[in-house]
Amino acid sequence: MTEQRVSYKTSDEVDFVIVGSGAAGGVLAKELSTNGFRVVVLEQGPYLTENDFTHDELKIFNQHFLTNDPKTQPSTFRTTADKKAVQQQALMYGRCVGGSSVHFTANFWRFHEIDFKERSKIGEIPGTGFTDWPISYADLEPYYTKVEWEVGVSGLAGASPFDPPRSKSYPMPPLPVKSSGVIFERAARKLGYHPFPAPMAILSQPRAGRGACVECGFCLGFGCEVGAKSSSLASVVRMAEKTGRCEIRPNSYVHKVVTEKNGRATGVMYFDAKRNIQMQKARAVILSANGAETPRLLLLSASSQFPNGLANSSGLVGKYLMPNSGAVSIGLFDEPLNDYKGHAVSRIFHDHYELDKEKLGFYGGSGFDARFDITPVAFAFNGLPPGTPRWGSEFKKAMKHNYVRTMQIFGHGTSLPIESNNFSLDPDLKDSWGLPALRMTYSDSPNDLKFMKWMSERGLEILDAAGAKTKWGMPIASTNFAVHLLGTCRMGNDPNSSVINSDHRTHDVPNLFLCDGSSLVTSGRGQPTMTIQALAYRASDRITTLAKRGELAG
Amino acid sequence: MKPTQPARRQFLWQVGGVAGLVWLNAQWPAITTAAQHAHDAVKSKDNVAFSVLTPAQAKEVEAIAARIIPTDEDPGATEAGVVYFIDLALKTFASGDLAAYEAGVKSVNQLTSEMFPGTTRFSSATVEQQDKVLAEFSKDTNKSARRRQLLPTAGEVDFFAVISGHTMMGFLADPEAGGNRDYVGWKLIGRDPGHTFSPPFGEYDKNYPGWQAEGAAETGKK
Repeated sequence: MTEQRVSYKTSDEVDFVIVGSGAAGGVLAKELSTNGFRVVVLEQGPYLTENDFTHDELKIFNQHFLTNDPKTQPSTFRTTADKKAVQQQALMYGRCVGGSSVHFTANFWRFHEIDFKERSKIGEIPGTGFTDWPISYADLEPYYTKVEWEVGVSGLAGASPFDPPRSKSYPMPPLPVKSSGVIFERAARKLGYHPFPAPMAILSQPRAGRGACVECGFCLGFGCEVGAKSSSLASVVRMAEKTGRCEIRPNSYVHKVVTEKNGRATGVMYFDAKRNIQMQKARAVILSANGAETPRLLLLSASSQFPNGLANSSGLVGKYLMPNSGAVSIGLFDEPLNDYKGHAVSRIFHDHYELDKEKLGFYGGSGFDARFDITPVAFAFNGLPPGTPRWGSEFKKAMKHNYVRTMQIFGHGTSLPIESNNFSLDPDLKDSWGLPALRMTYSDSPNDLKFMKWMSERGLEILDAAGAKTKWGMPIASTNFAVHLLGTCRMGNDPNSSVINSDHRTHDVPNLFLCDGSSLVTSGRGQPTMTIQALAYRASDRITTLAKRGELAG
Repeated sequence: MKPTQPARRQFLWQVGGVAGLVWLNAQWPAITTAAQHAHDAVKSKDNVAFSVLTPAQAKEVEAIAARIIPTDEDPGATEAGVVYFIDLALKTFASGDLAAYEAGVKSVNQLTSEMFPGTTRFSSATVEQQDKVLAEFSKDTNKSARRRQLLPTAGEVDFFAVISGHTMMGFLADPEAGGNRDYVGWKLIGRDPGHTFSPPFGEYDKNYPGWQAEGAAETGKK
């Protein structure tokens, strides 16, 4: 592989420069280079590989080994626009080749048909930007299938009565069940639900030169040391490099999309590893930098021609941030589950995918999973039941008894798109490159808070039905921290109410495309990566068609 | 540790709220270096010199850590080498906490002599006395007036929260980074240090018959 790696000069006008090598950027790089185009991918983080990964939770969570570092890239937060934002870490994303797909849990759910046309079914929700997508589930179905087969997803087709139609089964059987999955399945069935084996972007069998999961138990937050987790790094990035037409250029922090007088993009400017400014020329620019950094980059690219930021004639760049609702309930059982072993999730259900808004008094939809993903130091800090002594013999006894007997029920759900929830540039704070920091303005809506409380109650019910000895719910409150960065450059047909069209082309700049979590119109039920990758496969087809028609030429 | 809003997807530092996460996030790198130091120190037969703590302070820190995670039929903070982890932490990522340690150790000693006249050092009290002192001390750190008195130079820092946090890290950090000697922390909580597992993982998946569609539901169905 190494000998086939290509490298381009910054002065070479390549066909595409892609900013970001994560879930979407990796797929676009693979597809476009396979289709014969010359591609440079600029990744702000380092190029780490399996040998660099670690099970050291302090390095992962304290040193931000795989993620954005609040020391060098600080952020600010405020609940509403009338308040002054204060410095705090407001968001987290993967900052390495492969992006957040390197450290994610790998829950891989397709969106359902309803996700794309929910506004038509439910009607207007006042005060929100709740709207239908310009594409349907049927438009994306072939690409979901492509993700499953190329990136690598394990699962059981037809296992859930709520699943949307599919053209092909999964390429691999589901991963083995865990004790948390068995407990969850039995309790959920008692309650009349339809639990099923979780679709996961983790190989249950060796495939495409990659090994199967060894069930080490270090998924959430960690990079996979055996390449079984289907990150972009382990899958599409390597396929892209093998074409001999795609260069992955790490440690390249893009800060401006350059445009010329005719309003077209000519390339991007970035800081290289030595913090020297470079410019990569390209015939077209694709931003897949994530739902925070993509809008930030557009705002940073403001010019006299585009005073409000690039591709921002709608004023919606950065708006409608949806971090997904969530509710965690924790239970303690009599016998050891040893759930620290193995992939995080083995059973889920989708019975609550579409909730009855009229009956419940709130809008929402969710999926529930069973897991235990609390690493040891975190467990000592926060994994014990409320009221447990924090030090001494009783504390030690509780750690000794509980660690192997604890599991969580995690309810994942929708967030409403609300314009006042957004990312913008902080007017005062700069990062260590001197660029304006990200400012997050966010308040969970009363609707979403009600919905989360409801999910928490359902989680506790399941634990109750399972016979949990002790159970408790994590408090529900408006969040000040986002990991799922969705909706901030939404797709739509109307240039006044969206940033990109259904080809992922910005309404304002004909050779500038955006494809990542920012493209989402609604938030889905808490597991966005599968859809981000399906969108990226579809965008690759659309962009290839446009390029072959000569529509991207200046 | 200030209470704060829960952050839903903040990995699992999140699960119990984010107090832990926020505190941990506030620390800076080198924490693994500190862990490695603890590992090396306890592994070697000879005592490694302390970098920051004086021998007298180290003795008290070790004694406090030994009551936070006591040694009983299982190893505790002492066997994990927590005091060495803390010492290097104070040189590196937790250097800002040194004043809290200096003042905190003094305060704990002072409280010991107030509660048990004639005993001038926490480390020379009996374990029963030590637990009483820490119960009083940890309670009082929650009261601002008393805290100011106990920790005159440490501002808002809650010494007991800091030292218990460091003790948990030194006890449970991955030994690959040196955090807990010979996996004593992981052995205590039942975490097998292996890197490869296969089912059955626990008691509940042992006799699982395999996934079956609806018909297999134990009771009622929709």
